Amino acid sequence: MIRNPKDLARYDAHERANHWLVGICFILLALSGLAFFHPAFYPLTQLFGGGVWARILHPYIGVIMAVSFIVMFFRFRALNVMTPADKEWLSRVGEMMNGDDHNMPEQGKYNGGQKAMFWAMALCMLLLFVSGLFLWRAYFNLPVDLVRLGAVVHAAIAAIMIAMIFVHVYAALWVRGTVRAMVYGTVTRAWAKQHHRAWYRQVTGKS
Amino acid sequence: MALQSLDIARRSATTTAAPGVRQTTAVAKLIDVSTCIGCKACQAACMEWNDIRDEVGVNHGVYDNPMDLTAKSWTVMRYAEVEEKGKLEWLIRKDGCMHCADPGCLKACPAPGAIIQYANGIVDFHQENCIGCGYCITGCPFNIPRISQEDNKAYKCSLCSDRVAVGQAPACAKVCPTGAIQFGSKEQMKDYAAKRVVDLKSRGYGKAGLYDPAGVGGTHVMYVLHHADRPELYKGLPADPSISPLVSLWKGFAKPLASVAMAAVALGSLFHYVMKGPNEVSKELEDELEKEDAK
Repeated sequence: MIRNPKDLARYDAHERANHWLVGICFILLALSGLAFFHPAFYPLTQLFGGGVWARILHPYIGVIMAVSFIVMFFRFRALNVMTPADKEWLSRVGEMMNGDDHNMPEQGKYNGGQKAMFWAMALCMLLLFVSGLFLWRAYFNLPVDLVRLGAVVHAAIAAIMIAMIFVHVYAALWVRGTVRAMVYGTVTRAWAKQHHRAWYRQVTGKS
Repeated sequence: MALQSLDIARRSATTTAAPGVRQTTAVAKLIDVSTCIGCKACQAACMEWNDIRDEVGVNHGVYDNPMDLTAKSWTVMRYAEVEEKGKLEWLIRKDGCMHCADPGCLKACPAPGAIIQYANGIVDFHQENCIGCGYCITGCPFNIPRISQEDNKAYKCSLCSDRVAVGQAPACAKVCPTGAIQFGSKEQMKDYAAKRVVDLKSRGYGKAGLYDPAGVGGTHVMYVLHHADRPELYKGLPADPSISPLVSLWKGFAKPLASVAMAAVALGSLFHYVMKGPNEVSKELEDELEKEDAK
């Protein structure tokens, strides 16, 4: 969908579909996983048809998420290489959080925070996937000490990951005009110029 | 088996008090390994009373049969041949759920009401609430629960909670021909064990003793061992069992800590928005681009 022909394309349809496949899986996994983590969340199993169905479905959804995340990882990996400008940006993230982003260093398609999030999520995904296999009794029967370690790692990383996704979603909502990039693929030129000036110059050829 | 309902001490994945208005005496089963002859009457009585038949297996050339606990064999005799002071000793241990006072299975279980600990100390699985995740196996320090391949529910010895509820001894204790399996109040069983230990010591087993491991708060199935200093001799009975620190971390303080941390991040985001306002694209930039377009 083109709202304004001068809008800049940020994500193509495949990138968006890929992102939302990971996102939907993540939401389903967080809801069912929390149910097994703390009794307060157990009623969430009703969303999946009860405790047994939640237990059956959770690992399969996990495999779908892992596969679709790997594809997304290779799509975006090259764009997320940290540069000195990103480190400078990260060191001054407090100003940004405070709502004053005018003096922040110029950023490419992704800023330092987004890049740090990308790598942290990749690491978390890897740990979640491997530790999750340890717990999947339908297919694996590993020594109990490994299963115990897997359970702790899986729960701890999942909690960290859920918190990071809150930050990820919040950042998209807080920086107005961002969500549309992942919904219909475009952003306004002003948005790009304000938040990702180096990327703006690269795609428009303007200063 | 949900025969009792007023005397529940603990209920899995439940954060409020369980119905516990009726207080019952703590019970225990005492297995005197020194008088066990390995006849397997207890195994037969267990399958008879519970009316469960395991698959007929194959002989592995040893007395152990079946070779391990299964979802349908809740107790098995384990035969160890040990050389002590130049003599062969045949140590035969009836293995099954120990009914820990501090049960790792119950601590790990995520399904409300799937594992119940009664006031009398019996730890019972209520399979209708079981979701088949296997966390009980992860939590158990004795490697007891087994998930059925047929229905994906966890099973183990119930200490015949249905019999005990109506004042009967467990089937295995009832049938034991040598009196090696005794059943009564935990206090009575400790007294009985003390007498057996005196007897064994007088017969040259200087290290005889009662196995009632403190690491799991004591158990409601106890052993009299001739070599209480080396429980591992008895086919790997753990010397000092306790709930793994990893399980305690996972289902202990990590649970509330992580829940609070996640909520804090979500609330922190909301309050950040409310207090700092959204990060809008500046009007100045928008106007500037509009001007460019107009040219």
